Amino acid sequence: MMRFLLLFSRQGKLRLQKWFTPVTEREKKKVIREMTLMVLARPPRSCNFLLWRDLKIVYKRYASLYFCCGLEDQDNELLTLEVLQRYVELLDKYFGKVCELDIIFNFEKAYFILDEFLVGGEILETSKTAVGTAMEEAETLQETIEEHMSKPTY
Amino acid sequence: MSPSVRLQEMIRVIRGARTQGEERGVIQRECAAIRAQFRQADNGTRSHNLAKLLYVHMLGYPAHFGQMECVRLIASPRYNEKRVGYLGAMMLLDEKQDASLLITNSIKNDLSHSSQYVQSLALCTLGCMGSAEMCRDLAPEIDRLLRASNSYIKKKAALCAVHIVRKVPELGELFTPAARSLLSEKNHGVLHGAVVLITELCERNPDTLEQFRKVVPELVQIMKGLVMSGYSPEHNVAGISDPFLQVRILRLLRILGRNNDTASDAMNDLLAQVATNTDSSKTAGSAVLYETVLTVMDIKSESGLRVLAVNILGRFLLNNDRNIRYISMTSLQKIVQTDHNAVQRHRGTIVDCLKDQDASVKRRALELSLALVSAVNIRSLMKELLLFLSSCPPELRAHTTSGIFNAAERYAPSQRWHIDTILHVLTTAGGDVRDETVPNLIQLITTATELHCYTVHKLYRALITDISVQSLVQVACWCIGEYGDLLLRGECEETEPVQVAEDDVLDALEMVLQSHMSSPATRGFALTATMKLSTRITHNVDRIRSIVSIYGSCIDVELQQRAVEYNALFKKYDHMRAAVLERMPVIDKSSPGHTNGESAGGTMKEMEPTKLTQEVVLPQEPANKVCDLLDLLGGSAEPLQPSPALSTTPLGPVSSTAGGDLLDLLGGLDVTPVPPSVIVYEKNGVTLKLQTDRQTDTGMTVTLTATNSTDGDITSITLQAAVPKSVQLQMKAPSGDVIPAHGLGQVTQTVLLNNPNKVSLKMRVRVCYTSQGSVCQDTVQIDSFPSPAW
Repeated sequence: MMRFLLLFSRQGKLRLQKWFTPVTEREKKKVIREMTLMVLARPPRSCNFLLWRDLKIVYKRYASLYFCCGLEDQDNELLTLEVLQRYVELLDKYFGKVCELDIIFNFEKAYFILDEFLVGGEILETSKTAVGTAMEEAETLQETIEEHMSKPTY
Repeated sequence: MSPSVRLQEMIRVIRGARTQGEERGVIQRECAAIRAQFRQADNGTRSHNLAKLLYVHMLGYPAHFGQMECVRLIASPRYNEKRVGYLGAMMLLDEKQDASLLITNSIKNDLSHSSQYVQSLALCTLGCMGSAEMCRDLAPEIDRLLRASNSYIKKKAALCAVHIVRKVPELGELFTPAARSLLSEKNHGVLHGAVVLITELCERNPDTLEQFRKVVPELVQIMKGLVMSGYSPEHNVAGISDPFLQVRILRLLRILGRNNDTASDAMNDLLAQVATNTDSSKTAGSAVLYETVLTVMDIKSESGLRVLAVNILGRFLLNNDRNIRYISMTSLQKIVQTDHNAVQRHRGTIVDCLKDQDASVKRRALELSLALVSAVNIRSLMKELLLFLSSCPPELRAHTTSGIFNAAERYAPSQRWHIDTILHVLTTAGGDVRDETVPNLIQLITTATELHCYTVHKLYRALITDISVQSLVQVACWCIGEYGDLLLRGECEETEPVQVAEDDVLDALEMVLQSHMSSPATRGFALTATMKLSTRITHNVDRIRSIVSIYGSCIDVELQQRAVEYNALFKKYDHMRAAVLERMPVIDKSSPGHTNGESAGGTMKEMEPTKLTQEVVLPQEPANKVCDLLDLLGGSAEPLQPSPALSTTPLGPVSSTAGGDLLDLLGGLDVTPVPPSVIVYEKNGVTLKLQTDRQTDTGMTVTLTATNSTDGDITSITLQAAVPKSVQLQMKAPSGDVIPAHGLGQVTQTVLLNNPNKVSLKMRVRVCYTSQGSVCQDTVQIDSFPSPAW
């Protein structure tokens, strides 16, 4: 299973963090710091895999964002690269040519999309279209309620 | 103004802050406002306030006061509030927080909600952060959802079940039937979840594993369907249909086929098909092939399939993509022990990867190269490894040097090659070698007796070039001290003759002594070497004497002590100097003192005792002061500071002080052939044997061995000895004072004798012991010793 997924910018600012195991706040900060240091120090055309403690770290850079996740021993690193690619594609489909600012200003949407794609460190949905459909339907549900809330009460 | 704009407004303001202080100020203000809002009644903005708090939390600021708000929002009937509430719960609450228990009830209710999106929120949250208690509580609900719901919910329930099984393995039995039936679903999401669940169940429970072996044919069918199916826009990734599902199925097949012939046979064809038909030009295909190879190597596959798998790895090695080369080496590492020959075929490519720019790839290549070393390829492979060492990244150096040493030790084609290799490593990377390299190398040098001349010349040359690498300097000093005479002689078959003058050698050693680059241990080596040369050179003994006396007032206590003792050797004990500084015998590698990685306090102290194999007899202590002598050796608690001229190392085990290990360096020595032994006393079941060993023409070692053939242990056995006046005697500590019954053990005691006047040697031995409760004492006169006459 995936232990964690982090997104951070080239300056080391965290944009998204998802932890799939219980971790204390202090430990989270430590891991984030170490990941940031390790990944940002890698030269441009390096291998995307690292070993850290007892985990395999897979990272990929998309424009100004680094996607970094920690895997257990049995997990397939090449497949994880595909997982990261799929997540970026889902974000792209939802936001329409996604960029870092979209993720900053709509971070809760990024989380909702992630939760439709990964649960408990495992892939939930392998279809490209199903995640998008689910998001749309949930939005409709949300809008309906907000519309309802803003209707005048006469 | 729609409330959510305020969130984005806040984000904009925070990002606009020019300094850290400004940002902190903005955030403090916002947090205060949020706290106030939380205390108020429901006004429709709660979800946005929580969202703002979550953003602040991501920046690294404390947000614990939002925990209760999460709980409240989750209980709200409104979907958008629930959504943010659950998100907050996953970010702020984990099972370590007390508040997490409070949401259990809400989750339970939401699991039966009419809207599947609300259900999915609850499932997702439970699957990500559910504690063991929550899992136990809600497991039956999850089981229900696994069976009777739509695929959207089923797939989430499956992964939720996976989480539950990880937290509470006993609940696995609850989910087994449902997991089995999920395999017949068509929806890929559900199928994927089912495979993950089954994998988890099988990994934790061997009985479940047995059960699920029966589904191998079904899994094979599903896989075949995926591989052979046409293009499906929904699941296609770079020409592979749903690689995520394929990889998971392969992983499950691996677990089911491990150690089981039937299951392995059932999947053989499929694996061959996947291995040949999968297009690996893109990462997705390579991922599937990679998983296939791992599965093939782990189950009981036929040899043809194994060869196919190794060939795939070989192909990966030549791939341009670094990731794929890395993956292939990781896999080859796993199988190098079992399929050694197959991997050997790719040795060339692996060695080339040593030159790759990428550090990860280099590391993998190093590991694999070291695993591939064999007697056949040692010479060529070592050349490559040494080349690698000269340019390798610093974090890999220590590992490389120890790998090279291990390989050299196991497969060295000749001693000269071995010594050359070690010297090469020391000159290139001497700072990164392990501590025990120095004594190991010295031991190796002593065994290569024909190469002493060659070695000392080579080391001398290395020493005068560079004295910064401590390990090299230490070995060089030791050799020069030991084989200095060979160095000065000038000719040597293996290298070109070079005239080395005594002054040059002493200059070199003095340089080491005086240099501030030399560590204290190294200076100790140099001082001892200088001293040893006093018996090997002819003209400059005075120079040595003056060097030694200068260091008698050195600040370093160790050096000072040595210098003082060497001085004493010059002054008072000049007659013994030659004997003390004689050439050492070959060190036995398996002796306990020979280091295996514990070099307590530096290699120096280990080297010192080896000098003392010249059974030097000391100025006599009176025979009845046996106890005092024993105190001298056994009473000191700290590691023995060997004073070479004044003490000798016992041949038997000493009372274990920290110096015990060091002194046992000689414990395993078996240099001389077994000397004759004679029984001198036999009474009450106690037998005392005497064994002599002539070391020098005036010195002799006598070993007394006491054995016990009675039914009871003999306790408190002591031996005392007396000799004629002109003979010097020293008794070492006995090995113990209890002799086990029935001849199961013995006590030995060593006595050192020096007979300078060559009088006829007699010895009286008094033996005291307690046997079966009564104390016995006897005296034995030994008039003749079983050795060539004196």
